[in-house]
Amino acid sequence: MNNSEVKLLQGNEVCAEAAIYAGLEFFAGYPITPSTEIAETLSYKLPKKGGRFIQMEDEIGSICAIIGASLTGKKVMTATSGPGFSLMQEAIGYAIMTEIPCVIVNVQRGGPSTGLPTRVSQGDVMQARWGTHGDHAIIALTASNHQDIFTTTVEAFNLAETYRTPVILLYDEVLAHMREQVVIPEPGEIPLVERLITSVPKGTDYHPYFPREDGRLPMSDFGGVHRYNVTGLYHDMWGFPSDNPEITNELIHHLVHKIENRTINITRMKEYYLEDAETILISYGASARSAIHIMEDRRAVGMSIGMIELQTLWPFPEAEIRKKCAKAKYIVVVEMNMGQIIHQVKACVDHPGWVYLVNRVDGNLITPVDIKRILRIIQGKGI
Amino acid sequence: MPHIWCAGCGNGIVLNSLLRAVEKLGLDRNNIVMVSGIGCSSRMQGYVDFHTLHTIHGRALAFATGVKLARPELDIIVPMGDGDALAIGGNHFIHAARRNINLTAIILNNRIYGMTGGQYSPLTGMDKYATTAPYGTIVPSFDTVELAKAAGASFVARSTVYHVLHLTNLLEKAIKHKGFAVVEVLTQCPTYYGRKNGMPEAPEMMQWFKDHTFQRGTEPKKIEGEMIEIGLFVEEQREEYCERYEKSLQKVGKV
Repeated sequence: MNNSEVKLLQGNEVCAEAAIYAGLEFFAGYPITPSTEIAETLSYKLPKKGGRFIQMEDEIGSICAIIGASLTGKKVMTATSGPGFSLMQEAIGYAIMTEIPCVIVNVQRGGPSTGLPTRVSQGDVMQARWGTHGDHAIIALTASNHQDIFTTTVEAFNLAETYRTPVILLYDEVLAHMREQVVIPEPGEIPLVERLITSVPKGTDYHPYFPREDGRLPMSDFGGVHRYNVTGLYHDMWGFPSDNPEITNELIHHLVHKIENRTINITRMKEYYLEDAETILISYGASARSAIHIMEDRRAVGMSIGMIELQTLWPFPEAEIRKKCAKAKYIVVVEMNMGQIIHQVKACVDHPGWVYLVNRVDGNLITPVDIKRILRIIQGKGI
Repeated sequence: MPHIWCAGCGNGIVLNSLLRAVEKLGLDRNNIVMVSGIGCSSRMQGYVDFHTLHTIHGRALAFATGVKLARPELDIIVPMGDGDALAIGGNHFIHAARRNINLTAIILNNRIYGMTGGQYSPLTGMDKYATTAPYGTIVPSFDTVELAKAAGASFVARSTVYHVLHLTNLLEKAIKHKGFAVVEVLTQCPTYYGRKNGMPEAPEMMQWFKDHTFQRGTEPKKIEGEMIEIGLFVEEQREEYCERYEKSLQKVGKV
């Protein structure tokens, strides 16, 4: 018997449901539009599962609390929007450096500053990549519909555990507040990745930062039988501070390579009609909905147009995009910012000059008609 | 043992007292988590054989709150400097106190930012000198005890590195206490605070702690300069945050 459930939910509620499905045990957050419903939903549902919910004094406190909780072996998450995401940046870097799994949801709204709290934007793509100081790699995922919010949220937890890293979920206000049908899968339908725990027995030295042969670092729960140090400083395999150039060099390479060398395993995208596409739209999140719409509309009148919907923004799937766009005459990036992902696309395709931006940054969702008008200009057909 | 602290620093005395308190209580090392922030005193965690978490500046109590709520059975000790706890971390400090979450917060008060080279802190006080106050400070300091009391801490004490037995005794009580426990420890920084304020030698700074403090409930000596009250100011049995959380879980049918 199929135990999956069909529901009509807001995107934020879907994210909360998916987090619980993925095994979320600890959530800390602070109210902020347009992400608050994630905290509200979890404050109600998580205690029913025996989980822990806490509203902290600010977003900095929230991310620090989840990192602390993660060290005890829990699956953890926080959710916020632009201003709160800015406040979290230092601690995101801490989680990267210390390799502590956690999930950070950023429901994007208009920025900079207080910006447009109740309006849509995709302006935090680059902040997700480079918001915290210093060299690093990051995983950031996105989705364009509620079913994908569900699977992507579960995937975020799986990737966080697999790679011992913070994973950022970049949703946007339109998806967060829109209601749409979603099928909640039955337990077990989506595989879950559980934490890799060390097999080193009690009484034997455990090195928290000594990789196994496959490169993974098994963890040991705080409060368990292995006592060790965790620091945001460069550290050796024991977790103790070191400024030895060899150790420093090795650690920064490890932190970057463990993600960027596995881009092909981490990244996902959806492809539409790429076989014959002269024009390829590249989009993600809510703007991908409009892009899909106009793509189908234009195909119906005979245009050879296809599309790539990015589901992973970071690491950016450079090799795949280059391959898939090799035959395109027009590459059109549709995003709701002043042009962020477009730079990644330009950097990897054979003809950067053939890459065009279609954007909207006035707080409203970009429409299929917006895209159609620009397409006509790009293709030399006038308005 | 080699360590990062300057000659004459008082932090080692606090660590010594703390370890004596832990030993007296007979705590299991696997059950202790030490969470620290950034600064001289926050390097204490590197010298103990517990679960140790060296975090970011000002946020030790927020990390500690996460560890504690996730695993309430653990004993959590949070050493912080005066700048770490009460400037950048001031908000987390008052909210941890308000929750009355069972953490032991030790504020090692050397009245200066030592790690960065002697800048004034929220506990430096008026008319003192620092590398960022070449003409003297113009802002009074927090009274840590009053701040902790007002914010809702259920255990509040103050001692100094001169009064080591007193300090050990208070730390023991603080760790045993169920609820948010604050112990402020006056500790000397001869390198920066002392040198900038006419007391470049550690012994004279410790002598100052002896001369310029009085036990709670006694009459302070009438001498020139400030007199600081030490002792146990608050020790109340109030319901602790994680206990309240467990109760609320029972309300929704989950233990």
